[in-house]
Amino acid sequence: MSEPVEFLVPGVLSLAVMATAMVSLGINTGYERHYGVLKRLGVTPLSRTGLLSAKTLQVLVIEFVQSLLLVLTGWALGWQLTPRIIPALVVLLVGTVAFAGIGLLLAGTLRAEVNLAVSNGLFLVLLFLGGMAYPLDRLPGALEMIAHVLPSAALAETVRGVLDPAVAFPYADAVVLLMWAVAAPVMAVRWFRWEE
Amino acid sequence: MSRTELARGALSAEGDSAEGDSARGDSAQGDPAADDDRAVAISVSGLSKNYGNHAAVRDLSFTVRRGEVFGLLGPNGAGKTTTVEILEGYRAPDAGTVRVLGVDPTLDGPELRSRIGVMLQEGGLYPGLRPLEMLELFAAYYPDPDDPKRLLELVGLGERNTTTARRLSGGEAQRLSLALALVGRPELLFLDEPTAGMDPHARAATWDLIRDLREVGATVVLTTHGMDEAEQLCDRLAIVDHGDLVALGSPKSSRSRHVRTRSASRHAPVSTRSLWPDGSGCRVKG
Repeated sequence: MSEPVEFLVPGVLSLAVMATAMVSLGINTGYERHYGVLKRLGVTPLSRTGLLSAKTLQVLVIEFVQSLLLVLTGWALGWQLTPRIIPALVVLLVGTVAFAGIGLLLAGTLRAEVNLAVSNGLFLVLLFLGGMAYPLDRLPGALEMIAHVLPSAALAETVRGVLDPAVAFPYADAVVLLMWAVAAPVMAVRWFRWEE
Repeated sequence: MSRTELARGALSAEGDSAEGDSARGDSAQGDPAADDDRAVAISVSGLSKNYGNHAAVRDLSFTVRRGEVFGLLGPNGAGKTTTVEILEGYRAPDAGTVRVLGVDPTLDGPELRSRIGVMLQEGGLYPGLRPLEMLELFAAYYPDPDDPKRLLELVGLGERNTTTARRLSGGEAQRLSLALALVGRPELLFLDEPTAGMDPHARAATWDLIRDLREVGATVVLTTHGMDEAEQLCDRLAIVDHGDLVALGSPKSSRSRHVRTRSASRHAPVSTRSLWPDGSGCRVKG
């Protein structure tokens, strides 16, 4: 982690995933629920699987374009593009599942305006405590401990560990990320309400 | 093209007018074929639905024949919307059996939903889309959709396609919802308070459209809390209050001999009036 760009590329890739899968998907879906569009779609032949597939595809297309731009920008700034990007993309997909789960949990339980505020607020907190733009080890001790159980730090640290050969694979962060990727969608399925 | 022809085009061939006529009116009341699966669009038996410990619908039973306009009449909170949502397969009942177009809506939802059209009481529109975009989007969900432009004309919004749904008036939004309900060429239409929020002119136009759909043999289930609307549009009527069926029969007092009531002393036209002693449930006819 000698160069800032070596720190920033994995962080910003994770940030992009969090913004797209949690904030953008969550706020969009929250408003669709608010407008009664979800309920209306529920009485068309469009199946829930169809709706979910469309939303998944939407998120993946945006993330693909974002990742492409970020990788090219990083590369132009001197970041080393290696085949390690492949496992890193897999980790980002796991992160997408975790953050989409959180976004949809908020979208399906809160009023649209509250969801808008909470999603954006949560985004800022997770960004600050996520080791994305600001290294975790420069945080006060208590905050650093909290940060390590949050999905943002888990994602950024795991991506960084996969990308940087000088960093040992962060097993603890990877386990935390996997737990979020399971727990958040399960909670979203359990508590999501189609109507406000 | 006449309005009726426009309306005819909005329906699938299965609801054709000959079948519609035979299933409608007094002659069908004692028709043994009324229980035939082909003559029956909806059969509901012992339907109950609770929200927590509040009973939204209690032990409701009725039959809707193909080709008739069937009304669910009652004040707000009577369980009309809940009943319709169960028939659409949107909610699962707690008890009772429901058959819609020969299938169980809870189990065969996807198949059923390609054959029905639904107008929600409110909402359901993307505020940023123009009416035609919204219709084209929904047309894509159905196997054999109607022409969105034609439907836009049919509901009188042909001139309003320059604006987004956000800027439509309440009545215009309802008319767009009605067009969306028709876009899949449904065999069966559910209209939940179809004229709520409309001005008298739009209400009269919507009543005409529903009458036209009835002329061409559509099967329609509509909810309303206006007795005048029920009398104007419905062949038969179920009156519900606090989740209970109060009366079932023809809305015209001349046909009150057909009214089957739970308590023998209550006949539909009388008991509905008594639901709104101040007359607030009735609306001024456009």
